[in-house]
Amino acid sequence: MEVTPDIAIALAVLLPFLAAALAPLIHRLVGDLSGWVVALVPVAAFIALWPLLERTSTGEVVRVAWPWAPSWGLELSFLIDGLSLVFALTIAGVGAFVLLYSGAYLKGHRQGRFLGFLLAFMGAMQGLVLADNLVALYLFWELTSVASFLLIGFDHTRQAARRAAIQALVVTGLGGLALLAAGVAIYAITGGWALSAAGDLKGNAAYPLLVGLVLLAAFTKSAQLPFHFWLPNAMEAPTPVSAYLHSATMVQGGVYLVARMTPHLGGEAIWNLTLMAFGGATLLWGAIAALLQTDLKQMLAQTTLASLGLLMLLLGAGTELAVTAAVLYFVAHALYKAGLFLVVGAIDHGTGTRDITMLGGLRDPMTVSFIGTIMASAAMFGLPPLIGFFAKEEMYAALALGQLESLLALAALVLGNGLLGAIGLALLIKPFMGQLLTTPIEPHEAPVAMLAGPVVLGLLGIFLGFIPALVGELAVAPATSAILGVAVDTHLKFAVDLFGPAFWLSVATWVLAIGLFLRLDLARSLLRRLATTIGWTFDTGFDWVYFGIVRFAGAVTRLLHHGRLELYLFVVFVLLVVAAIGPLWLMDGLPRGPQSLDLRFYEWGLVGLAVLGVGTVVYARRRLFAILALGVQGLAVALLYLVFGAPDLSFTQFMVEILSVVILALVMTRLDLDSADPRPLEDWARDGGVALLGGVAVTTLLWAVIEGPFDLRLSTFFNAHSVPIAHGHNIVNVILVDFRGLDTLGEISVVMTAGIAILALIRGARRQRPVEVVPAEPQPQPKRRAARKAAP
Amino acid sequence: MNSLIFRTIAPLLVAVMLVFSVFVLLRGHNEPGGGFIGGLIAASALTIYGMAMGVAAARTALKAHPLAYAGFGVALAGLAGVLSILFDVPFLTGLWSSFEFDGVEVAISTPMVFDIGVYFVVFGTISAVALALEDDEGGA
Repeated sequence: MEVTPDIAIALAVLLPFLAAALAPLIHRLVGDLSGWVVALVPVAAFIALWPLLERTSTGEVVRVAWPWAPSWGLELSFLIDGLSLVFALTIAGVGAFVLLYSGAYLKGHRQGRFLGFLLAFMGAMQGLVLADNLVALYLFWELTSVASFLLIGFDHTRQAARRAAIQALVVTGLGGLALLAAGVAIYAITGGWALSAAGDLKGNAAYPLLVGLVLLAAFTKSAQLPFHFWLPNAMEAPTPVSAYLHSATMVQGGVYLVARMTPHLGGEAIWNLTLMAFGGATLLWGAIAALLQTDLKQMLAQTTLASLGLLMLLLGAGTELAVTAAVLYFVAHALYKAGLFLVVGAIDHGTGTRDITMLGGLRDPMTVSFIGTIMASAAMFGLPPLIGFFAKEEMYAALALGQLESLLALAALVLGNGLLGAIGLALLIKPFMGQLLTTPIEPHEAPVAMLAGPVVLGLLGIFLGFIPALVGELAVAPATSAILGVAVDTHLKFAVDLFGPAFWLSVATWVLAIGLFLRLDLARSLLRRLATTIGWTFDTGFDWVYFGIVRFAGAVTRLLHHGRLELYLFVVFVLLVVAAIGPLWLMDGLPRGPQSLDLRFYEWGLVGLAVLGVGTVVYARRRLFAILALGVQGLAVALLYLVFGAPDLSFTQFMVEILSVVILALVMTRLDLDSADPRPLEDWARDGGVALLGGVAVTTLLWAVIEGPFDLRLSTFFNAHSVPIAHGHNIVNVILVDFRGLDTLGEISVVMTAGIAILALIRGARRQRPVEVVPAEPQPQPKRRAARKAAP
Repeated sequence: MNSLIFRTIAPLLVAVMLVFSVFVLLRGHNEPGGGFIGGLIAASALTIYGMAMGVAAARTALKAHPLAYAGFGVALAGLAGVLSILFDVPFLTGLWSSFEFDGVEVAISTPMVFDIGVYFVVFGTISAVALALEDDEGGA
């Protein structure tokens, strides 16, 4: 069967979501074999995407679009070019081994859910790198954040895991909002949602804003300084998650975004220098912080920060060689770092500890893990002929000849790579060589499913190193072309230029790495002392901001939501007065008032009845009497409607008034109030004043409306169309059930919801009641209570 | 309200009011009336019944929880709208049909079904609130 691009996209993006929903079921059916079963999903995606390499290597761009929301001009469009394909293949390839590994790493009933989360993440990540539509890009971007939240907090009974999950979500969510803003801005500028059609945005006035938003999104996702702190904390997640999300794929989302945006935004100093500065700082920060750690996973997390910084730095440099190096390094890093994380998980699994000072001599009990680590560490150290070596050669060659900033970047690269090399050596030598140390569990090798990843990924790193020309032609050059927007030829070949500056910089890196490794303990104790002296970390800074916002929200809520009903009502009615009169007064639209009152005698009678009702409400001494008087006023209004030819309105008003009296009377008996109103004089004056003002305001507003010209268009329309279109003579009813049926549908839903809310309120009040009243006794006369106020 | 006269007359009054509420509902499209007002009349009828015979009796007479009537109403109104989609016209477009019954042409339509939904929502919600307020012993 011919695999068309849209089938490939469906397999890569949609199938994982489907499999995620089915994962718990799969786990129930096949038990501990589920890892092997669900790993087929990324394998299928990989096989489907692989043939497209041939097409993208010629510079072809494959677009797939499905209708999404046509009335909004939205289509779910995907784009496969060199860049997105390299990322997509990495996500699928590494994902297969991570799923396989997870099946063995995590036993028991939670496995189905865990695999489901991982699969959902995989679909989101594929969507992120393949999407062309900005809305889809944002959607998938946020979905990866959500999946990351679920996976970091997977062990939700531990407080540290919950905190790390929330922290990651808050930080990456901030970036997500920036990305959304950037997407909307690009839509506003170009008039389309397709990123590939955005063109060059450098000349636009909003360019600095766009750069700021895109970089904020990229820096939070890819954990660049000063947003780096969430990534080491994210190591609370199970190890396969750290391997997959927090080194190989999700955190590379920011790198991908920068690469994707380079044709549209890149090339100006503000873009390049910002990337180089933040990338370089993150590289050194992560590499130095890695020295501080003794937990293997934390060491890897910090080196991941360094590698992300390195990639940002290279993309910032922006030359053809630098971008080539970045693509090469991305692939090399994904292979070796995922492998290392998986080995660390195997060590944890096999010995019960991850502390590097407690491990030693594992080469005999864990031989296969040892071999996997050799291959990964060699790549990290950058030995030829591994793919990591070529990546390092490229980046040195890219920056060796250049301006001041290039030389600074080069110094940061050599130093950072030296530090990373030292960590690579430490990861290999400390746990595996030397004396076998006693560990919490008797050291034993992990099962096959957990070893397949490190070994195959390690072998791949070596294998690709032997065919750099092919890798360059099929993957690196097309990706570089896509990033730079111009066709680039590969120059990678299987050779080492012994006389070029790049090679001697590599040698310098190795010397530095070995030297640092030998002095690792000294460096660690020095850095520890420094860290204790400073005593402040970005992590505590996050807490300060985060809990500061929570406290601020609490203070605002307490200020506005004080729980005093009479003040709420006072504020509401005062605002009503301001809203009714304010605009009229400011815009000079106050009505002149009626010129003459030309009413018939029965009309005067009805007005008199209404006034009598209202007056009785004010002067009534008993509440029940006041409620009845209010009903009289309402009935008078209903009669007025009838007199002025609105029988429908009048009819409804009658019923509403009757039911109001009944319900108000029932509420009053429940509230158990004094039968008379005990308000002190100043409260009475305040409430009365607001009531009078409210009446004046509503009257003024109505007069202003009546004095304006009457727009007959709607009346004419409904008069003309009510019978021919809607077959009804009662226009009011026809409007309600036909012309404006959707409004009515919304209103009746609100009516029902309000009913549910009222029942909940009554039930809540009833639950508190037995504390006050003994239910077995017959109800005595209503007790007189301390002065309680009721709304008038 | 423990009055013999009230208790005797109430069921009769309630029956008349309920019939009247349906009449008002059905004439609504051409004469004053409609689902909203019909629902209010029906709810008043039930409130009177509750006052006369007790809340428990009113609830028993209803068979289902009054809010279930409201939910049914919203669903019915929504379905009246969805029906239009099946006929390939936009949501909530009125569909009309008529048949002859005993020599009189009777029209049925989706706006009518919609109005019946409104009737049930108003009846159910107001009854629920009124009965809950009348009820002193709980069970809202």
